[in-house]
Amino acid sequence: MSWPILSVTTFLPLVGALFIMLMHSDGEAEKRNARWIALWTTLITFAISLILLYRFDPTSAEFQFVEKRPWLAGAISYHMGLDGISLPFVILTTALMPVCIVASWLPIQHRVKEYMVAFLVLETLMVGTFTALDLVLFYLFFEGGLIPMFLIIGVWGGPRRVYASFKFFLYTLLGSVLMLLAIMAMYWNAGTTEIPVLLRHGFPRSLQTWAWLAFLASFAVKLPMWPVHTWLPDAHVEAPTAGSVILAAILLKMGGYGFLRFSLPMFPAASHDLAPLIFALSIVAVIYTSLVALAQEDMKKLIAYSSVARMGFVTMGIFATTVQGVAGGIFQMVSHGIVSAALFLCVGVVYDRMHTREIAAYGGLVNRMPLYAAAFMVFTLANVGLPGTTGFIGEFLTFIGTFQINTWVATLATTGTILSAAYALWLYRKVIFGPLVKPSLAAIKDLDYREIITLGPLVALTILFGIYPKPVLDVSAASVVQLLENYQRAIGAAKTAAMLAH
Amino acid sequence: MYHAIVFLPLLGAIIAALIALAGARARHPGGPPGIGAENHAHGPVDESHARTAPAPHGAHAVLDASHSEPEALEPPAAGSRSAELVTTVFLFAAMLLSWVAFADVGFGHHDSRVTLFPWIISGELKVDWALRIDTLTAVMFVVVTTISAFVHLYSIGYMEEDPHRPRFFSYLSLFTFAMLMLVTADNLVQLFFGWEGVGLMSYLLIGFWYHKPEANAAAIKAFIVNRVGDFGFSLGIFAAFMMTGALDLDTVFAQAPALTGKTIHFLSWDVDVLTLICLLLFMGAMGKSAQFLLHTWLPDAMEGPTPVSALIHAATMVTAGVFMVARLSPLFDLAPAAQAFVTFIGATTAFFTATIALVQNDIKRIIAYSTCSQLGYMFVAMGTGAYSIGMFHLFTHAFFKALLFLGSGSVIIAMHHEQDIRHMGGLKDKLPLTYWTMVIGTLALTGFPLTAGYFSKDAIIEAAYVSSNPIALYGFGATVIAAALTAFYSWRLIFLTFHGTPHDHHHYDAARESPLVMLLPLGFLAAGSIFAGYPFRELFAGHDVADFFGDSLKFAAGSHLLEEMHHIPLLIGMAPTVMMAIGFVVAWEFYIRRPELPAELARQQEPLYKFLLNKWYFDEIYDFLIVRPTLWLARALWKYGDGWTIDGLGPDGISARVLDVTRGAVRLQTGYLYHYAFAMLIGVAALITWFMFGARAG
Repeated sequence: MSWPILSVTTFLPLVGALFIMLMHSDGEAEKRNARWIALWTTLITFAISLILLYRFDPTSAEFQFVEKRPWLAGAISYHMGLDGISLPFVILTTALMPVCIVASWLPIQHRVKEYMVAFLVLETLMVGTFTALDLVLFYLFFEGGLIPMFLIIGVWGGPRRVYASFKFFLYTLLGSVLMLLAIMAMYWNAGTTEIPVLLRHGFPRSLQTWAWLAFLASFAVKLPMWPVHTWLPDAHVEAPTAGSVILAAILLKMGGYGFLRFSLPMFPAASHDLAPLIFALSIVAVIYTSLVALAQEDMKKLIAYSSVARMGFVTMGIFATTVQGVAGGIFQMVSHGIVSAALFLCVGVVYDRMHTREIAAYGGLVNRMPLYAAAFMVFTLANVGLPGTTGFIGEFLTFIGTFQINTWVATLATTGTILSAAYALWLYRKVIFGPLVKPSLAAIKDLDYREIITLGPLVALTILFGIYPKPVLDVSAASVVQLLENYQRAIGAAKTAAMLAH
Repeated sequence: MYHAIVFLPLLGAIIAALIALAGARARHPGGPPGIGAENHAHGPVDESHARTAPAPHGAHAVLDASHSEPEALEPPAAGSRSAELVTTVFLFAAMLLSWVAFADVGFGHHDSRVTLFPWIISGELKVDWALRIDTLTAVMFVVVTTISAFVHLYSIGYMEEDPHRPRFFSYLSLFTFAMLMLVTADNLVQLFFGWEGVGLMSYLLIGFWYHKPEANAAAIKAFIVNRVGDFGFSLGIFAAFMMTGALDLDTVFAQAPALTGKTIHFLSWDVDVLTLICLLLFMGAMGKSAQFLLHTWLPDAMEGPTPVSALIHAATMVTAGVFMVARLSPLFDLAPAAQAFVTFIGATTAFFTATIALVQNDIKRIIAYSTCSQLGYMFVAMGTGAYSIGMFHLFTHAFFKALLFLGSGSVIIAMHHEQDIRHMGGLKDKLPLTYWTMVIGTLALTGFPLTAGYFSKDAIIEAAYVSSNPIALYGFGATVIAAALTAFYSWRLIFLTFHGTPHDHHHYDAARESPLVMLLPLGFLAAGSIFAGYPFRELFAGHDVADFFGDSLKFAAGSHLLEEMHHIPLLIGMAPTVMMAIGFVVAWEFYIRRPELPAELARQQEPLYKFLLNKWYFDEIYDFLIVRPTLWLARALWKYGDGWTIDGLGPDGISARVLDVTRGAVRLQTGYLYHYAFAMLIGVAALITWFMFGARAG
């Protein structure tokens, strides 16, 4: 490993952003150049991330591609690395970015330069979040991602964009302030902010609980968990299509990643004690938001609420702390990344044509848009969790992992599969099936090549990982096993200590 | 060979799907979104549409017309013929291979296991894609591919006027593939894959005519009711994994005896492990096989094209529940409580759906309720431990029920999509071949001596009589009464449709016998309805059972059951045949000799008649108890939970207070810009926080 491949993956988009910023005027030519630069940057970044995947050793649970340099007076280091838990998210990010750029090609017509810069900066911050091995560095990336997303919603969003971005910001900021306090407390206790060291550092019992709750505040908002989820539907509705894609596919996953990277391994005793809280919130999320999804009148809101329900499966699986539960949680996040991205792209397709997301404004699209109907069907089924699509694998693993720990939780969560079928098929029926009677839809056109290019690969991945999920499961398997071994050891130690004290 | 049987239909489905998509693309070319729909709504729509409907208002005229009769307007999809041929030929090839496999596995005992590739591997959970080939699989191979092949052939004629034939044939073949994956499953997860796969294809095929609102509603209903069953199925899988640490059938079966008498803490109770697992899995079977309480979707599923009803909702998919119990017989055999429940549900369904069938007027719905009822018979057999007999009835039923559906399809086509039997009558001279084949099907269904149904149905009733199952006597009573009801409603259908005087002369005069591609499958299935019984009775219900099925079924209780069946009193043995004769005579009296009698009786017994006609009000009860409260709750949670409580106390509340203050101070602001600046201010505050922290940490 002669070159810092991880840093290149992380910061290459920033270089592309710099190029775009260097362009002066704002004419048609510059718009086109900005798009092409952004596309090539994201494609090259994706290609490099595939090298990561190729060189990654899935049998090892250690951090790989580690880079470490002193930074900020030595107290905080620039420390990067990957393991089986972060790699899937890095690939997911780099793979979806070109899709987002292509999806924004025509719909975004004003301030194209700034838009592309915002997306490229966002990519750096997202990849950085998943690769940072220093707590402060992680915090910078994690919270930094808020700003470009805030701008994307606030500048290029819909009519209520300011309300939505404001809500988004308010919620996430609240969580981050608490996390910041926890990070400081951890630093004072352990004397370092290096994640690999912190993973082995046994935090005292009392600190664990408070730090765990503080991290929860931040991650729960990001994920989002009930009851701090209401920013998500509004943010999705107002965000431009590509913004929704990134929001649903990557930004939400940072919460789940955070649980796996910090809460579970660093505060095992607290995780163990407070798992019932997570279970309760997850169950409420699954049932409550699935029901709310049934009542929606806006396509994006429906999908946003279904995302909250899906994320409920993730938190439930992670805190079940069984191999299947955690692996299923990771898989579910990857799967949701693909499927929710695709569903938001599908909404974008008709939104670009009709400029409305009202479910009632559509109906009978299959008569004019057969390819679109076919693609939308595949993603709807994945969202329903049909075996043979990615949606099933994650769901199934989290359920089976949780059932071994708590049958009530698993049983209640499984009712989500009935409700998801109800709202997803209802949406499909209202939008796609039926006779095409609305005059406004009479001339609607099927997918063009640009849209086929964005949706096609996602259709392929949805089915491929549904029948052959091994590549995704294998990458994270070793890290998951090690995570759980350490967790069980810590819990065991805590139990012995408690017994001795008595 | 097994690869070919399973994957030929998939290949055919993919080819037909590509043809369908390519054709659809050619007809509806894509375009960039920039072309706003508003500007073009009144312009010329699309060449193919414009050609077929040169109306003055273009788009509007086409759309109005397409609302009522869309098929007529659209030209058939390009490549329809090749899609039909490819899928049908592949299916016939698979059928021939299946019969070879049947002989090879059933008589040569060449059971085998083909592992394809790994599927889900996580920790100790290991699930492969694999084909499990044993006698049970071979029997299902034969049923599925044979019926499917003839339904493909029949559909070439039945769907002739439909513009979406490549899509239809693709769905049919894909369904067949999913069904074959189900019957070859070597582990519970693949079983679930096939299970949900056939459910999906059922959903797509019921909703095949997507312009019909009733078809869409029925499709969703079918999927969701099945999901309720699958909810139990999934929990059963989870419990099985928890207790045995594996999901492949061999390991689960090997572990099962050790689990007898053990309890599991499920929800808040300690319950018997095997009983729990079996009951949960059986919940899936109740959904898929439309048993009592989860039966409501099947009659509605008749909105789909008739060949679909024959293939999916009569012969194959709905029998998946029966197959599942047979496949898991080593588990059910160890859980007597679960078996009693299976018998109870089966017997209840057999009786209850037969009563509904007595008064229905839609030709397909009568047969659909009859299917529910016959599936109930099969479950009675399964519950009493007579697994091979249940499989026997599954085998014979596939032939005569598919025949009845395809025959009714032939009638429906001849009557121009009229399905109400009160508008038919006297068709036997117009449709002689359809008439005679349907009579054969009816004879087999009612259990007329020496037809296929006679052997399998009587065996079930006898098994229920001799079984030691505590609920078996109830099963015996219900199935014997249902035998009379079956004969009545079946002959009622025949008499009202084919005998008497025509009620709709317009349609009657135009009625014509179906083309050869449709009659050929009818003829073959009629032959099957007669000959599927006698030659196979020793294999399924006689002395060769243990040898034929080998290890694929569990026989601990079943084998002596079969022995006892040979020694039952003659009177009991004759009971079903007598009941069948009574049903026939009553139907004859009601609809041939004194046609005014039924209306009179309905008037006299109005509450009872209404009760049956409205299907015991199950749909209304579910709507009132489940559907409406759920939708009400959904709205309430959204408006009051999310909107009023969470947002009201959270972000909106805070921002509203802030805005109250600022509104008083600054009156000139117009809103958005101000909000934006305010939000940015918070952003700046956040940045300052970072810098402060950075300085401290540094």
